[in-house]
Amino acid sequence: MLRIENVRKTFNPGTINEKIALDGVDLILNDGEFVTVIGSNGAGKSTLLNAIAGVWLVDEGKIFIDDIDVTKLSENKRARYIGRVFQDPMMGTAADMWIEENLALAHRRGKKRGLSPGIYPDERATFKALLKEFDLGLEDRLSTKVGLLSGGQRQALTLIMATLQSPRLLLLDEHTAALDPKTAEKVLDVTEKIVRKSGLTTFMVTHNMRDAIHHGDRLIMMNEGKIILDIRGEEKKKLTVEKLLEKFEKASGEEFTNDAAILG
Amino acid sequence: MLSLSNLIGRVPGGVAQGIIWGVMALGIYITFRVLKESDLTVDGSFATGGAVAVMLITAGVNSWIALLVAFAVGVIVGICTGLIHTVLGIPAILSGILVQFGLYSINLHIMGMVANVSCSPVKNHVLITMRNIPMAIGVGFGFAAVLIIIMYWYFGTEQGCAIRATGNNEHMALAQGINVSNMKVIGFALGNGLVAMAGGLMAQYQGFADVSMGRGAVVIGLAAIIIGEVLSELIFPKGCSFYTRLTFVVIGGIVYYLIMIFVLWLRVDSNDLKLATAIIVMLALAIPNLRKGLK
Repeated sequence: MLRIENVRKTFNPGTINEKIALDGVDLILNDGEFVTVIGSNGAGKSTLLNAIAGVWLVDEGKIFIDDIDVTKLSENKRARYIGRVFQDPMMGTAADMWIEENLALAHRRGKKRGLSPGIYPDERATFKALLKEFDLGLEDRLSTKVGLLSGGQRQALTLIMATLQSPRLLLLDEHTAALDPKTAEKVLDVTEKIVRKSGLTTFMVTHNMRDAIHHGDRLIMMNEGKIILDIRGEEKKKLTVEKLLEKFEKASGEEFTNDAAILG
Repeated sequence: MLSLSNLIGRVPGGVAQGIIWGVMALGIYITFRVLKESDLTVDGSFATGGAVAVMLITAGVNSWIALLVAFAVGVIVGICTGLIHTVLGIPAILSGILVQFGLYSINLHIMGMVANVSCSPVKNHVLITMRNIPMAIGVGFGFAAVLIIIMYWYFGTEQGCAIRATGNNEHMALAQGINVSNMKVIGFALGNGLVAMAGGLMAQYQGFADVSMGRGAVVIGLAAIIIGEVLSELIFPKGCSFYTRLTFVVIGGIVYYLIMIFVLWLRVDSNDLKLATAIIVMLALAIPNLRKGLK
């Protein structure tokens, strides 16, 4: 499904701020796999996500989605295969546009946009039913500007938008990090529901160890631009925060340096 | 002596000219409010539109066709600004300044290297002229109404929505597979097309095209948009439809021009009008920010 081969990326090469963000990453995600990605600050987890999304091009290596080489494809062209939710709730939606307009934009992800209507009446009914299913209290507010919604509502809406056109790959970039714990929990519930319903191949970056352990069926830990742990199956199911920290120290030879990740 | 009847006598002409500025402001609305970019091409493309229309009309071309060609040339000008911005990576504001600066020469070439070409409504068939103000008002309103309907339709289409999303949130647009560079180019193109068309109307109305007739057009357009927004907020405090918002842009153009007539009637030196406009627009743009600061 997703195949990453020896991907490298250096930011600000040749300057005093040079940073090797991805240092030869190899990864294969199988169809329908839900992987959580964890690591300390600057480990390269969001960088890897951005490399997959095409925010910039990688220096070396190849990225395949469904055996299609997307390495050189621009961000908007890759969007045909990818659904995305950002860390910042403001980033995934158009604030001045209505809920239904945002959904309609997402409904046309990766398609040519011509002069046919931006939204059809029967789409409205579909959107309404969909919103009702997730119980966000938004089904009767289709013509409300998204800017008036709370951060949690916006993230849930972004999730629904990202998956409206079943994507080949769902990328979640610490999408609950900016929310209060209760809202984060709710958004994670919606995530779980959506991912499981259509068996989406999912790549979820998080800084919260408990979330990483709790969700998904495979866990990847990154450190200094490399994947240092890859835990799946039974082992993943039995994982605890303590065990994970122990494994991290063994694999990297250093202590985990993100308090938020441990306490969160 | 300030004569009231003199002031009232000037109002109809002011309305007619205000509508034309309002039509231009509709074009600026596309870049400034929908795309959320400051497009300074406008000062040049307004004159381009006037020059193209006048040269064609005086050469015997039908004035409707002349206006359409003015629109098309404006579209090309907008595409230039858009490509300089998106392909060459120059900030939008600077791209606009560059194109506007260069257009001065091009506009002179269009006008056969003279700074001013007259287009007498007696010798030529024109759509709109200050010699028949009631008709000018009618034609102006007709144009504005048709343009508002077209804009309402267009920004409800898939492409129009994609342009709005691009102006709203580029990250979101990219994630939804929208080619934001193309959308920006289209936005600049349509905006300048409308501005050039308004220039063509203005040249017919005043009976000449002048190489510097677009000077200050951006500021006048912004003034129209902001005056319209202030008025619509007063009348519809709960917000209003896109139709109404566009209508208020045109009303803003009319009100702007009537204010100018009033100020002139007060015997303010016409050379000070630009300073007055600049201050009014500055204050209007600052109000939302100042309000935020108070909270």
